Amino acid sequence: MVPAAKDKTLILGIETSCDETAAAVVADGREMLSNIIASQIEDHKKFGGVVPEIASRKHLETANDVVERALTEAGIGFADLSAIAVTNGPGLVGALLVGVNIAKTLAYALQKPLVAVNHVMSHVAANYLVHPVQFPAVCLVASGGHTSLLYLLSRSETQLLGTTRDDAAGEAFDKVARVLELGYPGGPAIDKIAVDGNPDAFKFPRAFSGQDQNFEFSFSGLKSAVINTLHNLEQRGEVIPKADIAASFQAAVVDILVEKTRLAAESKAAKTVLLAGGVAANRQLRLSLQENLTRDGIVLYYPPPELCTDNAAMVACAGYDLYKRNEFAGLDLNALSI
Amino acid sequence: MDTVITTNSEQETETLGQTVGELLFPGAVLLLDGNLGAGKTAFARGVARGLGVTKPVQSPTFTILYAHSGRLAFYHFDLYRLEDEQELLDIGIDEYLDDEGVSLVEWAGKFPTFFTMPSMYITIVRGQGEDVREIKFSAGEERYRQLLTELLARS
Repeated sequence: MVPAAKDKTLILGIETSCDETAAAVVADGREMLSNIIASQIEDHKKFGGVVPEIASRKHLETANDVVERALTEAGIGFADLSAIAVTNGPGLVGALLVGVNIAKTLAYALQKPLVAVNHVMSHVAANYLVHPVQFPAVCLVASGGHTSLLYLLSRSETQLLGTTRDDAAGEAFDKVARVLELGYPGGPAIDKIAVDGNPDAFKFPRAFSGQDQNFEFSFSGLKSAVINTLHNLEQRGEVIPKADIAASFQAAVVDILVEKTRLAAESKAAKTVLLAGGVAANRQLRLSLQENLTRDGIVLYYPPPELCTDNAAMVACAGYDLYKRNEFAGLDLNALSI
Repeated sequence: MDTVITTNSEQETETLGQTVGELLFPGAVLLLDGNLGAGKTAFARGVARGLGVTKPVQSPTFTILYAHSGRLAFYHFDLYRLEDEQELLDIGIDEYLDDEGVSLVEWAGKFPTFFTMPSMYITIVRGQGEDVREIKFSAGEERYRQLLTELLARS
């Protein structure tokens, strides 16, 4: 038990937007009291040995346990909560609805405020849990499902600068890893093999680079270029230099992400640049951004790995800001696909 | 009724999709297959444009479904990450397929025994040359054969 925590604003966060069923309790928008992700619970027996997946039914089977576990680990009961925060989009509607309905039920039964959190904004908030972010800031959210650049004036004032027109950065990693037969998840696999490769061996296209004030991304053409290269090598019967292709591909993705982020930071006079989402774990991306930003005196922050992937602590953190501004959701809250 | 239409660039693939989108009727189901990088999402983006969807059409690989609104609702599925038929039911795909909106399903070929409803089956394969694609349309039911006839008249 952590009795002192009860004087604080305690937000329960719930996240079921995609593959992970997660719940967490965060105090005062900063202090993580618990952060439970179903797929990480070792006691799989409880769930019949099944690791939760995409299916909303899997969310349904595990969500109640995950919520209870989040409260127990935080040392609090339902009555101690200040509000319930839930991701309501974007994501798979059937999956989102599980979290949304649990949150609405709790809010109604406990007579507590309900706040609706945008999934991409919650990824940004993961940084607020661990870093003293100075504003204005620019955040790059890059994951399997999202690639977005955001301009942040404060924790609550944000503006979307650009997003991907086709594939997400993490998706490009996964698909290129698949054609190179490197396994899943693709990001870490490419990051690893690229160390032994020459990033200049192949010249892959950098879409939209060098265009001022355009913060949109595109990775579909890059993916096709890698597949074409492989196809041509195979047709000529040549050995596939996997490490070189991985390194050259990764260099192209990193160049695109770094160039756009750097441009955004420059044009918005950002003091801080934040990375968020699964791709934030890529070492080359961190290194290259660090190099580029240090030159301009900009601080780079990124969350630890467990807060880069989908989790509910970031939802509770983002929910805290909404709660403080009295931006509550009604019990008619719905899930949004986009 | 089978037809093959050749496109010479991603843009042409998207434009062909747009023409299909303009011809679609309520409740239509398009099943789409082709290897990674074949241009499925480009074709789907075209279909969305033809249906009057103006917002960006991103790849639904990660989220599995993006629902757009246009002249008709447009349900854009990508089954790349799914492994068995039960998962299709878990995401509620049958409700979307029965809806008045248009469903386009990428990687439908992974589940041949599931998609037995009337539909247009479309496969995209590489042709001779890097950006050349051969797009094969197969229509069984009358409404889809009619759609295909109109598509041929237009392209």
